[in-house]
Amino acid sequence: MNQQTPIDIERSERTDKLQGMGCKRKRVEDIRFTQGKGNYVDDIKLPGMLFGDFVRSPHAHARIISIDTTRAKALPGVIAVLTAADLKPLGLHYMPTLAGDVQAVLAEEKVLFQNQEVAFVIAEDRYIAADAIELVDVVYDALPCIVDPYKSMSPDAPILREDIKDKMVGAHGPRKHPNHIFEWQIGDQKATDEVFSKADVTIKEMFVDHRTHPSPLETCQCIASMDKIKGELTLWGTFQAPHVIRTVVSLISGLPEHKIHVIAPDIGGGFGNKVGAYSGYVCSVVGSIVLGKPVKWVEDRMENLSTTSFARDYHMTTELAATNEGKILAMRVHVLADHGAFDACADPSKWPAGFMNICTGSYDIPVAHLSVDGVYTNKASGGVAYRCSFRVTEAVFAIERAVEVLAHKLGMDSAELRMKNFIKPEQFPYRAALGWEYDSGDYPTAMKKAMEAINYKQLRQEQAEKREAFRRGETREIMGIGISFFTEIVGAGPSKNCDILGVAMFDSAEIRIHPTGSIIARMGTKSQGQGHETTYAQIIATELGIPADDIMIEEGNTDTAPYGLGTYG
Amino acid sequence: MPKKQISLTVNGRLVEGLVEPRTLLIHFIREQLNLTGAHIGCDTGHCGACTVEMDNMSVKSCMTFALQADGSNITTIEGVANPDGTLSALQEGFRMMHGLQCGYCTPGMIMRAHRLLQENPNPTETEIRYGIAGNLCRCTGYVNIVKAIQYAAAKINGTAFPEAAE
Repeated sequence: MNQQTPIDIERSERTDKLQGMGCKRKRVEDIRFTQGKGNYVDDIKLPGMLFGDFVRSPHAHARIISIDTTRAKALPGVIAVLTAADLKPLGLHYMPTLAGDVQAVLAEEKVLFQNQEVAFVIAEDRYIAADAIELVDVVYDALPCIVDPYKSMSPDAPILREDIKDKMVGAHGPRKHPNHIFEWQIGDQKATDEVFSKADVTIKEMFVDHRTHPSPLETCQCIASMDKIKGELTLWGTFQAPHVIRTVVSLISGLPEHKIHVIAPDIGGGFGNKVGAYSGYVCSVVGSIVLGKPVKWVEDRMENLSTTSFARDYHMTTELAATNEGKILAMRVHVLADHGAFDACADPSKWPAGFMNICTGSYDIPVAHLSVDGVYTNKASGGVAYRCSFRVTEAVFAIERAVEVLAHKLGMDSAELRMKNFIKPEQFPYRAALGWEYDSGDYPTAMKKAMEAINYKQLRQEQAEKREAFRRGETREIMGIGISFFTEIVGAGPSKNCDILGVAMFDSAEIRIHPTGSIIARMGTKSQGQGHETTYAQIIATELGIPADDIMIEEGNTDTAPYGLGTYG
Repeated sequence: MPKKQISLTVNGRLVEGLVEPRTLLIHFIREQLNLTGAHIGCDTGHCGACTVEMDNMSVKSCMTFALQADGSNITTIEGVANPDGTLSALQEGFRMMHGLQCGYCTPGMIMRAHRLLQENPNPTETEIRYGIAGNLCRCTGYVNIVKAIQYAAAKINGTAFPEAAE
């Protein structure tokens, strides 16, 4: 430990006094959470509030022959039953997705994934709503379904999206098949192929980053309340990006944005699952507009897992070309991206595969080529940034696993192979073969420090000894060592790369200092457990010299908070 | 559906209510008694966010009918703070050891830990992990939750918990 200078001591005393950045401030949120006094969406009760629940498809792919709501509507306590036929005249049976596609709010002629929303029952309480969904009679004609994305573009594959089957140019360019969404190519294909054809050593492996559900402990939920006299809508919900939801609701409903009040109260985890707009929100809003009463919608766990946004589902065929000495010369990747029934991917970037082109990782790879094909399947739609992805997680998995495979083939230590191929400190700023500019870094030093910290050499020795003992039959214990080294893009910016709905990715803060010196600071972000109320106050405390305990952080109310694109992760 | 009257003690107070035979205890507590600390996370008894204490047992209130609680003595998260309103040892432990992030699982986690410490005042780490196996957290992971419970056990027992000082 270095000796502390008087300036260090002064700075540290100041930090402690202010509870600023760098001190271990105990979370202010925990006072209410540990006492059960958080305020989550389902905790909110409004006078006259009604409850919505969905009739969902038991089939993954089926034609809807008929929907009969007579028996459900006759049940005492049922107020309304919405179907696509009710939404169509309002132009609301489909809604735009964040990826330039459209998504069914309620299925019209076909269902495209199991548990897809078919009808929305509104009743006086959640038990009656649950009873009523069983009284909606839907006749289906089941169709063959596609669950393997490699079969989506077969000549004999059933056409999934009949609504766009003749639209052979999608939001991201030409489509090769009715079940094809987009093709994205980046890099120099010709030069890459040439290097591969002459390289000493090549490896090729297919890595599947399987479909994952973020599964926050609190499911997605909302309450829509339309004040018909004032023409104003208030929408409480589990929204990671409340302002974006307000913009989307305005675009979909035609209500002016200043007459929509979106409030995200405490949120029980998000992990990307609560970025997108779901049928439940639209149906609750429509229900409240039609009925003039608040409508609450709360998913159950099965609904959350089976219908709201998933993450990953990337099938990545990854190739490296290298010299016999282990210098990587080129990388070639093809991704088959399973986007489910609608392209509702919530990558806030300008590309259909997010930041997948960071797949050259932390290495100096002279040429590379990446192509991504997005396809439709009979699964729920999504593609969200589960725990800091934007497809970076997928990209890191591809390159890091490929490096391991290459090391194995070369008979080289994989840490040594990494060291040999890192972008060198003197190469920064560095322009990667697939377009990203890396501003700064010292990867060899970081790697060396990590290796020393875990005593890598000794671990390898221990591993070798254990393997020998295993071979001699003395033990059944063997040991594996996993290494991953990655460069991540954190935060969603700058706006030249990152965008949702043409708004561009940014966030804002508004800090008000009261006459007595205390502060209220409002942000466009929204914590789902990250502890913004604690940490933002620490940042402001350090910057302005006002104690964190005198600073209140407020988020989630679009009336009072400045516009922002929200909190992801 | 015909309703039945129930009476029970919740957080030391006698309460009465009219419930359908199918009304879940969690809905009775949250919607009739307006005690919204216990949460619904999974509807199937897996996640434990709805955990309350009933007659000195941990129960998952989303898997219990309100009728089954007739005549019982229930404690929810709203009833565990110290009589003077300060945080109980467990509540304090969760805060001090950073045993939560979004807070959604926390009330159930604390109620389960409360019963665990009643039955085993000085549990090992393994016993704590087994003891809270029916409660899921999606944000924090369990390392700090285990430490929070160890902190509380030490505080209640008047012993030292060195990690608390870090």
